[in-house]
Amino acid sequence: MNFTLHIWRQKNTNSDGSFVTYHVENIDSDTSFLEMLDHLNEKLIEKGEDCVVFDYDCREGICGTCSLVINGHPHGEKKATTTCQLYMRDYANQRELWIEPWRASSFPIMKDLAVKREAFDRIIQSGGFISVSVGSAPEANSQLINKDDADCAFDSATCIGCGACVAVCPNASASLFVAAKINHFERLPQGKIESKRRAERMINQMEEEGFGSCSNHRHCETVCPKEISVSNIATMNNLL
Amino acid sequence: MQKFNSNVPTGPLENRWEKHKFDLALIAPQNRKKYNVIVIGTGLAGASLCATLGEAGYNIQSFCYNDSPRRAHSIAAQGGVNASKNYQNDGDSTWRLFYDTIKGGDFRARESNIYRLAQLSCNIIDQAVSQGVPFAREYSGYLANRSFGGTQVSRTFYARGQTGQQLLLGAYGSMSKEIASGRVKHTSRSEMLEIIIINGKARGVVVRDLITGEISSHVADCVVMCTGGYSNAYFLSTNAKGCNTSATWRAHKNGAYFANPSFTQIHPTCVPPTGDSQSKLTLMSESLRNDGRIWAPKNIEDCDKSPNDIPEEGRDYFLERMYPAFANLVPRDIASRALKGICDEGRGVGSIINDQRLGVYLDFSSVIEKMGIDKVKEKYGNLFDMYKSITGENPYEVPMKIYPAPHYTMGGLWVDYNLMTTIDGLFACGEANFSDHGANRLGASALMQGLADGYFIAPQTVANYLARGKFEEVSNDHPEVMASIDSVKSRIDKLMNAPKPKHSPDYFHRKVGSILWAACGMARDKKALEEAVKSIEKLKSKFWQNIKVTGSDADFNQTLEKAGRVADFIELGHLMCIDALDREESCGAHARLEYLAESGDAMRDDENYGYVAAWEFNENGPELHKEELNFEFIKPTYRDYK
Repeated sequence: MNFTLHIWRQKNTNSDGSFVTYHVENIDSDTSFLEMLDHLNEKLIEKGEDCVVFDYDCREGICGTCSLVINGHPHGEKKATTTCQLYMRDYANQRELWIEPWRASSFPIMKDLAVKREAFDRIIQSGGFISVSVGSAPEANSQLINKDDADCAFDSATCIGCGACVAVCPNASASLFVAAKINHFERLPQGKIESKRRAERMINQMEEEGFGSCSNHRHCETVCPKEISVSNIATMNNLL
Repeated sequence: MQKFNSNVPTGPLENRWEKHKFDLALIAPQNRKKYNVIVIGTGLAGASLCATLGEAGYNIQSFCYNDSPRRAHSIAAQGGVNASKNYQNDGDSTWRLFYDTIKGGDFRARESNIYRLAQLSCNIIDQAVSQGVPFAREYSGYLANRSFGGTQVSRTFYARGQTGQQLLLGAYGSMSKEIASGRVKHTSRSEMLEIIIINGKARGVVVRDLITGEISSHVADCVVMCTGGYSNAYFLSTNAKGCNTSATWRAHKNGAYFANPSFTQIHPTCVPPTGDSQSKLTLMSESLRNDGRIWAPKNIEDCDKSPNDIPEEGRDYFLERMYPAFANLVPRDIASRALKGICDEGRGVGSIINDQRLGVYLDFSSVIEKMGIDKVKEKYGNLFDMYKSITGENPYEVPMKIYPAPHYTMGGLWVDYNLMTTIDGLFACGEANFSDHGANRLGASALMQGLADGYFIAPQTVANYLARGKFEEVSNDHPEVMASIDSVKSRIDKLMNAPKPKHSPDYFHRKVGSILWAACGMARDKKALEEAVKSIEKLKSKFWQNIKVTGSDADFNQTLEKAGRVADFIELGHLMCIDALDREESCGAHARLEYLAESGDAMRDDENYGYVAAWEFNENGPELHKEELNFEFIKPTYRDYK
């Protein structure tokens, strides 16, 4: 397979960027999207050029490092998938691909396609945890948890912190990310105690980081690779 | 340098850790803020250690190469975490977990360390639940368990197929709490490139800012490495792409012994390789082996048929045939070797790579019939989805194909009972050390070990080290600090300006990977290993002649990052082969073809090789130190899973 790639290249946070066009040829259909970019980078090294920087690590859809907006869609068009789990067989009919970084002022571009997501870390630091110290935990089965609640908490806890929800939101809101963490703990008796305080602090931090508010576009749940529901946002709002 | 002494306590096994803890020196709460500790790597071991030391009141500085601590590769662990709670009343106990682990490791690890690990396993579950880790539960509200690779009791706690993710997010949350408190100062996207040693003590590190390329030094009273394993030496592995040996290799070159480097685990249930462009392999949780049945066609002629067209009598459920007692649940090393044997016979299935089909079937059809598709979906849904997205095949309709892949490294930095390396003040936790898994790790034990080290062991032993030492002030312009910075800079210069730049880092990485996979993978023999040692030596000199790194070193440069890591993998790969050569026996994952029984089982030689091989770096070649393993409480037996 052959593809024409228009890739966003940007030297650093402070410089301007632009699309640069590349051609890749003889790509096997079982090649993953990121392996296709690896292939391009190998060619760039051959030519003596600086490689395209893009984020990746586990390449199995769980670490949340990879990003990329592909033809306008964060993590590509395929549902419930991270970029690293896209395969070129999914792109058989799209010979022209526009590849961009997440776009949100709270996620500054570091270089090319890589952005800084430390704002998410700071939101977690503001309250996205249960304030328990090592050593003070009671016996694990001393507190029973309704299975439905545990399952629901799990559904929210699967967030991988990739930031696709922000990238797709017209307001660049991090509401889904924040709400998922709040709901995860709200569903569990050991987390519920701090729920209100946690919600206030995390939302506050989200605003301080420059993320927008939710205005019910609901694009976030359609691009979320872990299919986290916007109903989490309702739970969060109820806590305020 | 500290003496090469395991510092294992004496007395009854059950009391050793308690007694040892009592003997460790303490630091009063109001004095702890005067001590500084550097933690490299923030996966399960690192994040849990940062959280615990922070809570205690120490000053911690931590670094990771990822863009957030939440992304460390611990996150990819699927199956679960073991604990001897005996909630299922099936005869589990601390002793049984201890015995299973030491036997699973083919009696190549310390009794005292493993017993301590088994004792602490229950505390880990308590801690994780209190942090909000959403483990699977029964309708009664109690925690659920499952049986997992190589054990006959149900002691594994799990969170669907994402146990590692949930445990890491728990540790990351606790660490974040301490970052907010100001006691932990964390920097992401930073790679440790050198260790600073002053008067024989580890006193700091040199790191490179991966965004700007800036090199900086950081000093402290001691350093803890929680930097994971080195499966990526094989290039294709289930590890995240960034996982590397650079931190542990820097430590080794500065005097830390490297233990059992050839003990690498090749995991049986991975998605088979498909072609040359592949950059990594993906693990399918071992939990699939609980219900799924593994088979290959009996007849070679059937190998290219669709599996659904092969009748029951044409299928060879080879693990059930070879190991009737444990069947599909035999430990990883045994399952992997059996799979390889079937494919070497020509009975593999799937795409052909180098004239061989690399794969066997993992079949759920009878389970789906028995349990119903909904139950299977609830238990394994996310794994099936993952398989489908990688291969494009629907495992609810067609059996999955699996083949072994490098997954975990039991070897690592040699540490004593206090998790301290042979460099004073340099500790190693989690997969980065060699301590608990011997020659083979049992399923659901990696998370257990990383968290035991980080939450419960290192916080005590690091405090003891700090309490007993005297630490003179070290400034950032100390001659040793400057020398370490210079060594980092000159190495980067060499990578950027090779005499005849020709090949990319990936080119060399694939080369060393294929040498290691062929000679130091699932089956090893003297001749192949000797040749591999020579080829790696040649590759090393070629690397420094021909490595081509484009772009600038004062910039975000992933090619430069890779080049530095590959250079270290090449040197480590050399040591892996030398270690595999030295060990003229088969044990656990280390299968020397000369020392395999006809059945394919490993033939251990306890008399001559009942030791931990700890290698000292030496410009003229590695020097072997042996830590003899004494079994005072159990008797090493033949690992019979039949």
